[in-house]
Amino acid sequence: MRLNELKVTEYLEKIKAREISVEQVIKDIFHQINRVDSKLKAFLAINRETALNEAIKMDEKIKNGYHIPSLAGLPVAVKDIICTRNIETTCGSRILKGFIPPYDATVIKRIKDAGAIIIGKTNMDEFGMGSSNENSAFQVTLNPWDTNHVPGGSSGGSAVAVAADETLVALGTDTGGSIRTPASFCGIVGMKPTYGRVSRYGLIAYASSLDQIGTLTKGVEDAAIIMNVICGHDSMDATSADIPVPNFLAACREGIQNLRFAVPQEFFKQGLNSEVKDSVMKAVKIISELGGTVDEISLPNIEYALPAYYLIAMAEASSNLAKFDGVQYGLRMNDHGDLEEMYQKTRSMGFGPEVIRRIMLGTYALSSGYYDAYYLKAQKVRTLVKKDFDQAFRKYDILLCPTSPVPAFRIGERIDNPLTMYLADVYTMPINLAGLPALSINCGYTKEYHLPIGLQMIGKPFREEDIFRVAYNYETQLGQIVSQKPTL
Amino acid sequence: MTEKIIKKIDVEYISKLAKLELSEEQKELFLKQLNDILSYFKKLNELDTEHVEPTSHILHFSNLLHEDTIKPSLSQETVLNLTQYKKDGYFKVPRIL
Repeated sequence: MRLNELKVTEYLEKIKAREISVEQVIKDIFHQINRVDSKLKAFLAINRETALNEAIKMDEKIKNGYHIPSLAGLPVAVKDIICTRNIETTCGSRILKGFIPPYDATVIKRIKDAGAIIIGKTNMDEFGMGSSNENSAFQVTLNPWDTNHVPGGSSGGSAVAVAADETLVALGTDTGGSIRTPASFCGIVGMKPTYGRVSRYGLIAYASSLDQIGTLTKGVEDAAIIMNVICGHDSMDATSADIPVPNFLAACREGIQNLRFAVPQEFFKQGLNSEVKDSVMKAVKIISELGGTVDEISLPNIEYALPAYYLIAMAEASSNLAKFDGVQYGLRMNDHGDLEEMYQKTRSMGFGPEVIRRIMLGTYALSSGYYDAYYLKAQKVRTLVKKDFDQAFRKYDILLCPTSPVPAFRIGERIDNPLTMYLADVYTMPINLAGLPALSINCGYTKEYHLPIGLQMIGKPFREEDIFRVAYNYETQLGQIVSQKPTL
Repeated sequence: MTEKIIKKIDVEYISKLAKLELSEEQKELFLKQLNDILSYFKKLNELDTEHVEPTSHILHFSNLLHEDTIKPSLSQETVLNLTQYKKDGYFKVPRIL
């Protein structure tokens, strides 16, 4: 087995036992990237020289008996929307081509302090806007299970890098499903923490009340290990919660006794692919056999979540993206006209069509005369959606449902009709509206193309431990299904 | 047939607010797509939200303030190094008027 195929748990075990060196692992990873990435196109930037140097340094430290930090040279791929000092950060957009952040995001600082090595930046839908990874200004990332299909988005590059063993773990971000959807389409574990669990300092903002950084991993314990490092209050982020972080890795090994499960009936209606439904129902049955009772519940306002989500996200995006004007960094067009022309040309040339569409809708929703009818209305609907979940969580600990109504669709299939693309998020974005934690884990494959199918586990606010308990137990039961790999 | 919630003149007004310049083709394409999407959003009117408070922030913390103390920050040079358009410690931009 090549070392790029290791899980984080295996890597840490072998490094601590001095069985392998960090340098060997990094080399195997770059070997795999060289072998498959010209086809899969998961990476935008690869940090070869620095990563290798850091690996060698870490090996020295280990050899000389210095204190080994908890991640011990772990190679990590980072979605290109998170600022990494001295490594180009583009958000998948032309408007930030050439932007080299002079600082690390808090999550980056935390994983680096723990000894992780950043191996590269991954491709994504521009500014997080998309569900298929087709909205990148630079390249289309392919699904390693079948390269005619999308990997999901917007953290598609991160998901593919993990699924194709081009890294051991990746960081992604999730505003309406952008970690969970690609995790589901690529057959890996995707974890979105509760809003406020992970600092957003250094995360280039798409929708500030919805964005969260999370993990894409080959296994549940891997996610827990990274969550232990990245979670926690940050004084640099006023929206980060000042509450203690439990040991998520320890939580994995607790059984699922006394946890109460429910399945929201609205997530199993029209529009749900029959193979997805079958796989998810099988998974629900396994979980109930593991010792949990599973009831059916209703989330009566859930069908209004999608329009409310998009209105809020687009409104916040139009505000957040107003900062990209060509003045201080990134692309600048028409420097020889006047300032207004420079702003307009820079933004029009720098942003792709989906970004422009969302800025336009968001601007309209916030504009004078329409604010009440659209944005304020959406905020009120958000309250109703949150109340539905609050009600459900009075009696239950974990909600189970599909991550996506369909398996990975074909490249080009939905790109010309924005609304059909938005519908891919139908089971993921209500979770962002309510600020809840959720994890996607593989529960089966389709017959025709052997495409992965994702099961979603939704938890109470700040109760990620409950999710880890269930996910780990489920993964242990299903060994075979969850540890398959695509042939490359 | 999607109802026309916005007209071409609205598209032009919005793009001006958002400091975007659209070609005629883009205006036509966006006009149709925006109308499709806005039609779908009208679904929200089915809900009675008269006595519902808006959620502007999902967490329940408020008034998170800190002392106004001076801490290390990025140097002027570091930040100016992000662009070639600079002079004498200032960002340089095209004429404003």
